[in-house]
Amino acid sequence: MTKPKVAFYWNASCGGCEEAVIDLAEDILKVVEAVDIVFWPVAMDFKKKDIKAMKDGEIAVSFINGAIRTEEQEEMVKLLRRKSGLVIAFGSCSHLGGIPGLANFWDRDTIFERVYKEIPSVINPDGVLPQTKTQIGDKQLTLPEFWDTVKTLDQVIDVDYYIPGCAPPPDIIMDGITAILEGKLPEKGAVLAPDKSLCDTCPRSEKKPDKISMKEIKRPHEIILDPEKCFLEQGIICLGPATRSGCGERCINANMPCRGCFGPTKEVIDHGAKGLSAIVSILGIEEEEKLSDEDVQKLIDQIKDPAGLFYMYSLPSSLLRRKIMRKGE
Amino acid sequence: MKAKVDFEPKIVVFCCKWCSYTAADLAGTSRMEMLPNFTIIRTMCSGRIDPEFILNAFVKGADGVLITGCHPGDCHYVNGNYKARRRIILLQSVLKQFGFENGRLRYEWISAAEGKKFVDSVNEFIGNIKKLGPLCDVSKYLSEKKTNNVKSSITQ
Repeated sequence: MTKPKVAFYWNASCGGCEEAVIDLAEDILKVVEAVDIVFWPVAMDFKKKDIKAMKDGEIAVSFINGAIRTEEQEEMVKLLRRKSGLVIAFGSCSHLGGIPGLANFWDRDTIFERVYKEIPSVINPDGVLPQTKTQIGDKQLTLPEFWDTVKTLDQVIDVDYYIPGCAPPPDIIMDGITAILEGKLPEKGAVLAPDKSLCDTCPRSEKKPDKISMKEIKRPHEIILDPEKCFLEQGIICLGPATRSGCGERCINANMPCRGCFGPTKEVIDHGAKGLSAIVSILGIEEEEKLSDEDVQKLIDQIKDPAGLFYMYSLPSSLLRRKIMRKGE
Repeated sequence: MKAKVDFEPKIVVFCCKWCSYTAADLAGTSRMEMLPNFTIIRTMCSGRIDPEFILNAFVKGADGVLITGCHPGDCHYVNGNYKARRRIILLQSVLKQFGFENGRLRYEWISAAEGKKFVDSVNEFIGNIKKLGPLCDVSKYLSEKKTNNVKSSITQ
């Protein structure tokens, strides 16, 4: 029997998802035993033409990480979609947009201006910016088009399943791969992780008080964090209440609050909206009936960069998806 | 572009069953005249209004969203209106970061007896949104793919 063919591909990502595959350690040998890896740019020397030469649907599963922000990425994922039976969005960036998705607070012009002109360590007196076509003598150099808006994988192609996380932890990856190999998959479109909130599985939840009330909002670098106490109780914003569990509480165990890389649970459309709704309702505001709108505003203004905080991993998958840009900003 | 005077905004008004919805009803039965640009969505309490509802309204074409609830101390569920106020104030800051002009999302306390205040608040809100002009068509720029096309539609 021939082994099922598997492809890995990366888009706008940091490479952490590739590391996560390697982090399977000896388990990766089981994977390699069971499947044939036919495409993996970071580790193996197969080319686009090799994929093009395949029959449609010949690849059993493609694991695609990274958000989509260039023409080339769109072309590659569309090609992989055609050639694959299953497409798995692997990691936060392809699932929700991830950190690269925060670029949706800007657009191509403002990003290029900043990156190629304004940054203090950049010397670019002629103000040269990347072009899709550049003529040098009789040769033409080309670059893929860079878009204004970063997209999640499922905004570009049809996605069958999602493996969440930044980066996905080894047990979630192995459970996902095992489910695929054994054909024990849930209904299409499912996120291959538990459908519980992080607070449900948080090691600190046993000791947390019945009613949490955040009197003052602090940021993690401003206080010495108690490694036992619930972050919210300490006045630190933690997105645990609005975020899916399954990550192994890696951040919590490293004494850092949740920032939402697993995305929301199944029924939630907009992760950030749920996060802000949850956090703001546990603010310990006393005698609220006596407070004016301005007083409440002052208390809420303690939350720095709320859009960046609540949409840290999910901006492109949110309802609004990006900032509205206006000329002269 | 068409002059802004011709612009008829689409407004979503969220009303609490116990106070502002009754106020809207009172305005109707009292035959008070008001601008017709709005649609009411009734909830049991302004505290039920999930920020997701508000964002959804904007994504589906609302130019402005007005949240109305009971006066401080009057909430049928003790403190739902305070929760609503907090969420809206925070959401206003978030919307600003998303490039929304101030004033597209507002809230107002209106009791069941204040039919007149309901009319005035809604009229004033519609007037302000008319001055602001239409909200950039969120759905339009999302369907565009290439940079060049996207640019023209997301830049106002």
